[in-house]
Amino acid sequence: MGNAQGIGAAVKRKEDRRFLVGRGQYTDDVTLPNQSYAVFVRSPYGHAKVNGVEAKAALAAPGVLAVLTGADVAADGLGGIPCGWLVKSKDGSPMVEPPHPALAQGKVRHVGDPVAMVIASTKAAAKAAAALVEVDYEPLPAVGLLANAIAPGAPQVWDEAPGNVCFDWHIGDPATTDAAFAKAAHVVELDLVNNRVAPNPMEPRAANGNFDGANDQYTLYTTSQNPHLTRLLLAAFTLKVPEHKLRVIAPDVGGGFGSKIFHYAEELLVLWASRRVGRPVKWTSDRMEAFLTDAHGRDHISNAKLALDANGKFLGLRVHTYAAMGAYLSTFAPAVPTYLYATLLSGPYDFPAIYAEVKAIFTNTVAVDAYRGAGRPEATYLLERLVEKAARQLGMDRVELRRKNLIRADQFPYQTQVALQYDIGDYQATLDLALEQADYAGYAARAAASKAKGKLRGFGMSTYIEACGIAPSALVGALGARAGLYEAANVRIHPTGSVTVFTGTHSHGQGHETTFAQLIADRLGVSTDQVEVVHGDTDRIPFGMGTYGSRSASVGGSAIVKALDKIVDKGKKIAAHLLEASVADIEFKDGQYRVVGTDRVKAFGEVAFAAYVPHNYPIETVEPGLEESAFYDPKNFTFPGGTHLVEVEIDPDTGVVEVASVTIADDVGVIINPMIVDGQAHGGLAQGIGQALLEEAVYDAEGQLTNGTYMGYCMPRAADLPNFKVGNHVTACTHNPLGIKGVGEVGAIGVPPAVINAVLDALAPLGVTDISMPATPEKVWRAIQAARAGKGA
Amino acid sequence: MPKLTLSVNGQPRTIDCANATLLVEAIREHLGLTGTHVGCDSSQCGACTVHVDGRSVKSCTMLAVEAEGAAITTIEGLATGNDLHPMQAAFKEHHGLQCGFCTPGMVMSACDLAARNPAPSEGEVRHWLEGNLCRCTGYHNIVKAVRAGAGDMNGGK
Repeated sequence: MGNAQGIGAAVKRKEDRRFLVGRGQYTDDVTLPNQSYAVFVRSPYGHAKVNGVEAKAALAAPGVLAVLTGADVAADGLGGIPCGWLVKSKDGSPMVEPPHPALAQGKVRHVGDPVAMVIASTKAAAKAAAALVEVDYEPLPAVGLLANAIAPGAPQVWDEAPGNVCFDWHIGDPATTDAAFAKAAHVVELDLVNNRVAPNPMEPRAANGNFDGANDQYTLYTTSQNPHLTRLLLAAFTLKVPEHKLRVIAPDVGGGFGSKIFHYAEELLVLWASRRVGRPVKWTSDRMEAFLTDAHGRDHISNAKLALDANGKFLGLRVHTYAAMGAYLSTFAPAVPTYLYATLLSGPYDFPAIYAEVKAIFTNTVAVDAYRGAGRPEATYLLERLVEKAARQLGMDRVELRRKNLIRADQFPYQTQVALQYDIGDYQATLDLALEQADYAGYAARAAASKAKGKLRGFGMSTYIEACGIAPSALVGALGARAGLYEAANVRIHPTGSVTVFTGTHSHGQGHETTFAQLIADRLGVSTDQVEVVHGDTDRIPFGMGTYGSRSASVGGSAIVKALDKIVDKGKKIAAHLLEASVADIEFKDGQYRVVGTDRVKAFGEVAFAAYVPHNYPIETVEPGLEESAFYDPKNFTFPGGTHLVEVEIDPDTGVVEVASVTIADDVGVIINPMIVDGQAHGGLAQGIGQALLEEAVYDAEGQLTNGTYMGYCMPRAADLPNFKVGNHVTACTHNPLGIKGVGEVGAIGVPPAVINAVLDALAPLGVTDISMPATPEKVWRAIQAARAGKGA
Repeated sequence: MPKLTLSVNGQPRTIDCANATLLVEAIREHLGLTGTHVGCDSSQCGACTVHVDGRSVKSCTMLAVEAEGAAITTIEGLATGNDLHPMQAAFKEHHGLQCGFCTPGMVMSACDLAARNPAPSEGEVRHWLEGNLCRCTGYHNIVKAVRAGAGDMNGGK
């Protein structure tokens, strides 16, 4: 396309300046005239009856405007927090979908469940008064751990969910899978746990609600990845006021990673409280509150069996998974361990048979929902741990076993046994690229050098695929989604040729203000400086479903391209008039309309000006103005994939695992901005390595979160991570106009099993065969001690 | 309420604030400088890092009254007019920020490192940033930016 700022250019980010000079505007930075502040009284118990709430002392405290409880929520008819996805059990029955009142009514079901809301004129006053609210709790038996919740006789989170089962779902063909196992030469079995992690965007959630009684208008500032979805849920289910009276603004948002997709009770409550007290009401989570109330990720217990023939060809896969839901169903929770997990169990491999069963289980914890990768990391971890174990058990080379079973480039489109159809990929190419960039051939020498230092070196890999670009509306509708998952865009060309793009996606670190400007620059030949990208405000943007599931470039970008197509086409008609030529003879290239085969041209800016000053204009057939909207509904998921390679060095005396190198080769489709794409990969890798080595949200049996601060929850720090080697091999997605697949989640999906496989490779000479995430120094040290003791005995 | 007099980004300021007010609250709420962020409640994340008399300090660990008479520099005070400070420019050049929330603290902390160590190694940068959490970047580009910015601050340009 020839534009130095177009597709493929590493343009520096337009949004950086405001963040670098301290002029970003995050939700907590917004303070409205006459602002008041809310603090929540939250359950300290995993499960309890609430016999009463005594607010007299709090109400009498200085500055207090109101103390609101579940009874007020009920009296005012606020709706419960809805779930956005209905999954049906094997027998066709719908999942158990318990009520989720915004403030507890009669019972609390996890630590952090909100019981009362104190509103005061200052945050300090609200905090002080919250301590005066007396709640009469009657503790009930609680179940904080998934492993305990599935045991016979476990405490019941919900009376209507016997055995704590939310749904019992399956996918694939049990008969062909049984047949595959019956003829297998080898069966490899693995039990594993996918550890619960807390998302931890650096900006804690916040919400500031303002009800303007004079105009009957509600405005919500909120830390959301999808303000239109939040508005839709507020309008249709919770606040129950129509969209035209409700404006949701997600200004600068400091990271999300999934946790800011969901509609949270606080968003509803600040709007409602503002109506009650007649002042804007702001709530800002502190970090401990974030640990207790932001939806967590992962938390699976699985058993997996792989059937292979005598040559190592995969014949079948059988998986049984228990997936924690928490106490309440968060917005997309049921979709994560089903349609984003089990449908990915074929991985990048040619599997003739797969059968997977998933039981979703209630626990007395905060909800589990989508966290960077959402289901796909769990599938990848299971599969790549299992494949690695197979290589070891069969005495086969780990690379060759994978290579033998990868779907070949000539097999696309490839229909899996678990519903998905992969459009395109070249998994051999990413495997080769990664091995070359990691100098795999030199590994033995590096291992020897580590050994000479008294360290244990290990090599681990994963070949993975994911499904993103979420998602075809009709397909997800058939699978239980209660919303469409298209995207919307509006492209406004101004009279002097500058451009404003309104997108329904939301940037909270992804750099859309730059990459979407590059799409415009690429197509219209304008500079990115001439383009403003607007997101995050339901009053300015036609509609949108927001940013998650690596959908913004592939789905949101495609909507922008569709709008641009309309702009270019309309411009052709204007240019034909100005150039006194037939529309069919006009071509648009490099920012110019040209009569084909001539030097008669009109610059795009001239055409834009004519559209707004239509003196010499085809006014009979073409409306003035140059602005177009488009909605784009994807035809399929997109399927990024690749190979992640990790080398670790373990100190056998301390159990400390040092990540010595991380080399990845991904196929994320066409790349708009390689600088931003690499940055997305880096961030995903850090979260994936964090899950593998450092992070775990640890509940105890009674549902107390034992490590809900940065003193207890081990976030990856700079010194925990190496530099990353990132490579790309592009096959263009076949079904969207840009050929984009998506990069937001690949790091978090591909790398955890590569890390653990590397740890186990390092420990294999000692006889260690299994270790769970996170592989902390203590766990590694204990595994080494146990192996040595076993050998010595 | 006690009166507090201090210098903020080179300007003398006097504010009324309660004894229990943290420096970060004074900066954000009393002085209206919202570039300094609060990301945790245990002095771990470093998003609130500012300079107090030239040294980086987590402003959540200090009472505002302890800053009586001090010279405070916040992220808003680094750039000169339209010209970014070399450390800010390096973060932009090397894509050392994504969501931007940890960025002010990272930049303030990095400036202090560069003042002490004009040519920090990768390991020294990673060690120095122990008290600054970022969830977006994996630190890869932050480390690059800090090393480049330190060079530029110390005459490398």
